[in-house]
Amino acid sequence: MNEQSMTVRGKDRYKSGVMEYKKMGYWEPDYVPKDTDVIALFRVTPQDGVDPIEACAAVAGESSTATWTVVWTDRLTAAEKYRAKCYRVDPVPNSPGSYFAYIAYDLDLFEPGSIANLTASIIGNVFGFKPLKALRLEDMRLPVAYVKTFQGPATGIVVERERLDKFGRPLLGATVKPKLGLSGRNYGRVVYEALKGGLDFCKDDENINSQPFMHWRDRFLYCMEAVNRAQAGTGEIKGTYLNVTAATMEDMYERAEFAAELGSVIIMIDLVIGYTAIQSMAKWARKNNMILHLHRAGHSTYTRQRLHGVSFRVIAKWMRLAGVDHIHAGTVVGKLEGDPATTRGYYDICRQDFNKTTLEHGVFFDQHWASLNQMMPVASGGIHAGQMHQLLDHLGEDVVLQFGGGTIGHPKGIQAGATANRVALEAMILARNEGRDYVHEGPEILAKAAQTCTPLREALEIWKDITFNYESTDSPDFVPTATPAM
Amino acid sequence: MRVTQGCFSFLPDLTDEQITAQVQYCLDKGWAVNIEFTDDPHPRNTYWEMWGLPMFDLRDAAGIMKELNDCRRTYGDRYIRLSGFDATHGWESLRISFIVNRPKDEPGFRLQRQEVDGRSMRYTTVSYAVDRPEGSRYE
Repeated sequence: MNEQSMTVRGKDRYKSGVMEYKKMGYWEPDYVPKDTDVIALFRVTPQDGVDPIEACAAVAGESSTATWTVVWTDRLTAAEKYRAKCYRVDPVPNSPGSYFAYIAYDLDLFEPGSIANLTASIIGNVFGFKPLKALRLEDMRLPVAYVKTFQGPATGIVVERERLDKFGRPLLGATVKPKLGLSGRNYGRVVYEALKGGLDFCKDDENINSQPFMHWRDRFLYCMEAVNRAQAGTGEIKGTYLNVTAATMEDMYERAEFAAELGSVIIMIDLVIGYTAIQSMAKWARKNNMILHLHRAGHSTYTRQRLHGVSFRVIAKWMRLAGVDHIHAGTVVGKLEGDPATTRGYYDICRQDFNKTTLEHGVFFDQHWASLNQMMPVASGGIHAGQMHQLLDHLGEDVVLQFGGGTIGHPKGIQAGATANRVALEAMILARNEGRDYVHEGPEILAKAAQTCTPLREALEIWKDITFNYESTDSPDFVPTATPAM
Repeated sequence: MRVTQGCFSFLPDLTDEQITAQVQYCLDKGWAVNIEFTDDPHPRNTYWEMWGLPMFDLRDAAGIMKELNDCRRTYGDRYIRLSGFDATHGWESLRISFIVNRPKDEPGFRLQRQEVDGRSMRYTTVSYAVDRPEGSRYE
């Protein structure tokens, strides 16, 4: 369907009145994107009767220079350069009525180093455009020239590991539960028990900020008592993600500074604070030797449905640019959304220096990260020690595995729960490194480790049949096709 | 207490056979194996003493185990760890690190609290072992 350009040229292009977007220069099938262009891939679902090419050209127009009618003031600018150009439209496989639109944007359209500016164009007005039934931003190619204008993760995976002195295995965490209602003193107890038992991190939940049952200073003080006690009790560096999310930047800076004064290695923020606040906190974190954890609170309101919104892979790219160190990116086997192939794509975006186009993982572009730090993905939500082999297989080594319920819900207490997870993890890493087929022998490896670890035996017993097998609402559109061997 | 630094501290102490398998894993990945020892296991004591240079060119697990056993003969009363170093661009750091030798008695750490500025606190972790001079800490 990629027929030729319909662009009207010369003075006819600027005759007053309404002109189709595809004739205004927003549909240029011959355009070859420059290495410096930002490219966006949208899933466009036009209203019935709307020509798909016109709909895709409109997306290019409305996310760049266009308005609904011709304006003569375009002629005061290098308009052809500033127009976003839709250069390719493909029907979405197995999804009648939807189209993939590839749109190229000149780099000059964007302020350097500003996610707010990038997103104001790409997901601005255009998402409410009436001729479309639905619109989804599937992926973006960010040119190296643009990547280089961002700080990137404040710490990065390598330095995080060096700072924590933890190598060769996933990190282990737990979110304190119940997420609301505990007093500072009781909250710190959970943190102490989990860290002493063998976890590396504890975590505030997204909605723990400063409430009547526990104000933030109290939480920070008790948590750091717990962290330091556990550190002295084990000889290992420990941390707890102190959530500094607050109503204003001033409040957040105040909380972050208190966390730093108390010696915390890590703080956390929620995605709902907004892109600019996230970038500010990333700069603060780098300046203060702090690891910055991001909880993706709110993302499912726009990432989960296939037809409308923004794919999480795009959010992950923006967050890597914005500069967070940790990002929740799915578990595959846990209680929250995420099929294995799509999740693999997210993890690659977090951790690789170069993403190769892999349609079956939902990765539509080659993406160079130009040595921008790597982001540590975090797997959280409904996972337990009995799944350790699957987690390691799906998620790899550079990941934080967060067992909240799977630690705190242990029948013998929180320390026992933490120990069960740590022993399961170390046994699995040991077996994998020994060359064993740990994915298939996983249950056997765990059972063997449980022989010398009662807490693990109890954990395996209580959660042995817990799985969350539901159909994913967001999975890749492309399946791998077998290539004949040459 | 038991210092739980490193990759395998929650498992029973590794046998030489198990250590050899991990060394082989490092070699297969192209990493340089490094032996280090210390008598101050403070969690932020980054620079343990090196038992020679990282073994960039020794590609034989048996050879590395011989080095480890030599180190144990001299410093068997201390902590010894093995690590695998990956010089690949973008990593250029350790890929794995685990303890392969411990003192018979691990005295652990004292947590010092300095109460400052109202309820605020400054915490300091001190190895009990460093109360004695270097070299005679685990005698």
